[in-house]
Amino acid sequence: MSDPVNSVTNTAVPVDNVTNTAVTADTRSIAAQAEMVTVRTGLPWWQLLARDRLALCSAAWLVFLLVCMAFGPEFLGKAATDINLRARNTPPGSTEQGWLMILGSDALGRSMLARLVVASRNTLTVAFTSVVLALIVGGVLGLIAGYVGRGVGNLIMRLSDVIQSFPSLLLAVVVLYMLEPRVANLIIVLAVTRIPSYLRVARAEVLEVRERGFVDAARAMGASRTHILWRHVLPIVAPTLLTIMTVDFAVVMLSESGLSFLGIGIQPPEITWGLMVAQGHNHLTQAWWLAFLPGLAIMSATLSANLLSNWLRLITDPVQRWRLEAPKADS
Amino acid sequence: MRAPMPDAAPPLLEVTDLRVEFRSGREIVRAINGATFSVRRGETAAVLGESGSGKSVTAAAIMRLLASPPAHITGGSIRFDGAEVLGASMSEWRKRCGVDIGMVFQDALASLNPVFSVGWQIAEPFRAHGILHGKAALERAEELLGRVGIPEPRQRARDYPHQFSGGMRQRVMIAMAIALDPKLLIADEPTTALDVTVQAQIMDLLLGLQRERHMAMVLITHDLGVVAEVADHVAVMYGGRVVESGPVRDVLSRPAHPYTLALLESVPRADIGKQKLNPIVGSPPDMANLPTGCSFHPRCRMATDECRASLPPRVETAPGHHAECFRAREVFGGR
Repeated sequence: MSDPVNSVTNTAVPVDNVTNTAVTADTRSIAAQAEMVTVRTGLPWWQLLARDRLALCSAAWLVFLLVCMAFGPEFLGKAATDINLRARNTPPGSTEQGWLMILGSDALGRSMLARLVVASRNTLTVAFTSVVLALIVGGVLGLIAGYVGRGVGNLIMRLSDVIQSFPSLLLAVVVLYMLEPRVANLIIVLAVTRIPSYLRVARAEVLEVRERGFVDAARAMGASRTHILWRHVLPIVAPTLLTIMTVDFAVVMLSESGLSFLGIGIQPPEITWGLMVAQGHNHLTQAWWLAFLPGLAIMSATLSANLLSNWLRLITDPVQRWRLEAPKADS
Repeated sequence: MRAPMPDAAPPLLEVTDLRVEFRSGREIVRAINGATFSVRRGETAAVLGESGSGKSVTAAAIMRLLASPPAHITGGSIRFDGAEVLGASMSEWRKRCGVDIGMVFQDALASLNPVFSVGWQIAEPFRAHGILHGKAALERAEELLGRVGIPEPRQRARDYPHQFSGGMRQRVMIAMAIALDPKLLIADEPTTALDVTVQAQIMDLLLGLQRERHMAMVLITHDLGVVAEVADHVAVMYGGRVVESGPVRDVLSRPAHPYTLALLESVPRADIGKQKLNPIVGSPPDMANLPTGCSFHPRCRMATDECRASLPPRVETAPGHHAECFRAREVFGGR
């Protein structure tokens, strides 16, 4: 098929440099690599997900949370606000008061399970929207600040300094006090306070990436600035930003609960996980589950997002992807 | 203007007295202080020099890749196809990069984006200039990949740079550089990072492509052997100046500059058996503090007071053969 001079098989072996002796000594590893390569070309993403158990569990959990978000309030909305004074502070683990009380109940005898499910919509909407908003705005500004440099870049960086120099809670209090504490305003305030971290990380990465050889190569082939920034720099920077985003989920959920606690975030009878933690911590000594369970929900959502993003980073990085594709060595 | 004589045709690329400085804090590094050479259509000109002589900076200056600051082009001109390169606006110039001039870099691994498949990257020039998009661009990329000697281009186009060997990566770089069929190819030490057998293959590929497409080529190298085999013209750089230039046969057989002479004498020869190497004594000049006069005088066997005091003139020792030395005719006639 191919000419003998350049007979190169479809492997990742540096063929130009391989001498005969090296081939005989290394046939095993070359065969292994060849297998790796054939595996590489075939697998779709869902098979790779199935191979990584942690990522698979995370994905399943996130899908479950999405279902709760979508249908929870419709099905359990009433159960979440029904007061049952005979079942006050029921500890979790018993179904004597009905299966809705399997996770216990709060000081007014409301089902914890129903409340957790219903709260997922507000919590995840606020957290996801504000984090994504911060990611997009901060990322784009950071790319510009890093690539354009000097004039515009300095202006953007000073703006981010201004945001960072305010304690984010104070900023939120002032803004939400002046505006209505509506969900949309809450999202905007939370997003603004998170922007600087994306901006700084994006800028720092761009400063490094713009000096790399392939950027020069792209300029030499006549690519415009926006083309280089969009097609060559952004794909390198994006995984880092996405990783920060998953960590930020927890931060945003907790600051949202802080605002609710101060009375300027989401207000009862609306519920969020953060608000439940804030309300439950008063009762820690008598009813630990009031703060613990919503806290667990926040942690599990964040952890899942984190694990899944880790997996996503692996399969989108061509240099790392084989780690998931290589046949597992059975231990 | 019709059918000019081949010799009378204006050069495709003409670099005249180019000067580039790097300014950082207190120090000014004069990387290039007077580089003059030219390339005609379809010809290969080699720029020869040791590390730090300014040859790569010259290549970057021609492509206008130097970041300013710290780099400043302080003088001279670069004319491509009759038009001044340094005067054009950056956005105008970028439209001609790739189309008129292609460039091959030394370190192919660094010059390829690690997160994109090789086929995608070779298709980039088409996309960047809005010539082809999507599938059509990828198909052209596969064709090019086959043209530069990569077997099974269809499959290999889907692989990533780290899955290629050094020589194969350089082939990919070359495919990218010639994608838009440029009139001039600048190859900045294209074989330096490769081992000898692969070097020969890559040089053969470059020469084959050059002939096939009637491209001119500027070959930046420190390898005398490559120059002797490949180039039509050679420009020898030292201390940021082109100290000698001319047809490659003339320059290598009858050098007119003591530096070229010393360079030729320092090459180890396999045919003479065990011999002592004949290195050039001393070290390359500090570009921030160049010696006065001829910058080669501290290492030159033939230096006189005149050399220390003033810059030597450009002497034409034979038609088209120039050297910047007070004693050029002596050196030229000496052998």
